[in-house]
Amino acid sequence: MIFYINCRQASRKLSEAADRKLPLSDRMTLRIHLGICDACTNFSQQLHFLRRAMQAYPGPS
Amino acid sequence: MKFALLQLRDPSAAEDAVQETFVAALQGAASFAGQSSVRTWLIGILKHKIIDHIRQSSRERPMALAPEELVTADFDDCFAADGHWNETPSHWGHPDLSLEQSRFFAALERCLAGLPANTARAFTMREVMGLETDEICKELKISTSNCWVMLYRARMSLRECLEINWFGNPAAKQA
Repeated sequence: MIFYINCRQASRKLSEAADRKLPLSDRMTLRIHLGICDACTNFSQQLHFLRRAMQAYPGPS
Repeated sequence: MKFALLQLRDPSAAEDAVQETFVAALQGAASFAGQSSVRTWLIGILKHKIIDHIRQSSRERPMALAPEELVTADFDDCFAADGHWNETPSHWGHPDLSLEQSRFFAALERCLAGLPANTARAFTMREVMGLETDEICKELKISTSNCWVMLYRARMSLRECLEINWFGNPAAKQA
């Protein structure tokens, strides 16, 4: 089982996680990566925000 | 109208969808419970009409994907050779405050308009209409892996566009 991934791989996995339930090993790998990577944590939060923004679209006058 | 046009990318199809929405609203006016604003209710109907149009157009002519919509190489610049971010995604603070500003949605619209048509379509089907990826694959007649690549491309592009044009640009919020 591979527990190390880099940011490029993490960004793909984070996007995939928005579209389907990842296998347990992938979820653990991502959790470990996010625990040590502020950049990918920000990226993950941005993806969550993007979803909220799209659901609020077209927005408010 | 702009909402439909952004997703259908075809003025006459967008006009049809909006017209059908108003017809459906008039026919179903009695079912409007008043629990949301009329605008929210109409947009809910419009979303269904847009999906109907997407289904119809993909039946009539299967989607032709541009080669660049299926590769992620153009995001290679985002990462160094060791796979770490070249420019790290910044912390957006309290981004939800932006959802109360119509100017934010204008910026989001400009970013969405910059996506390739099919990529934008797959992304809005997923995030605005709430369809699951297998439904999107079926409607657009594309493979699951192609669908994931398109959604990844959309998210990477929109994130970068909003970072540059909204969150990293204080003037955009004030101008």
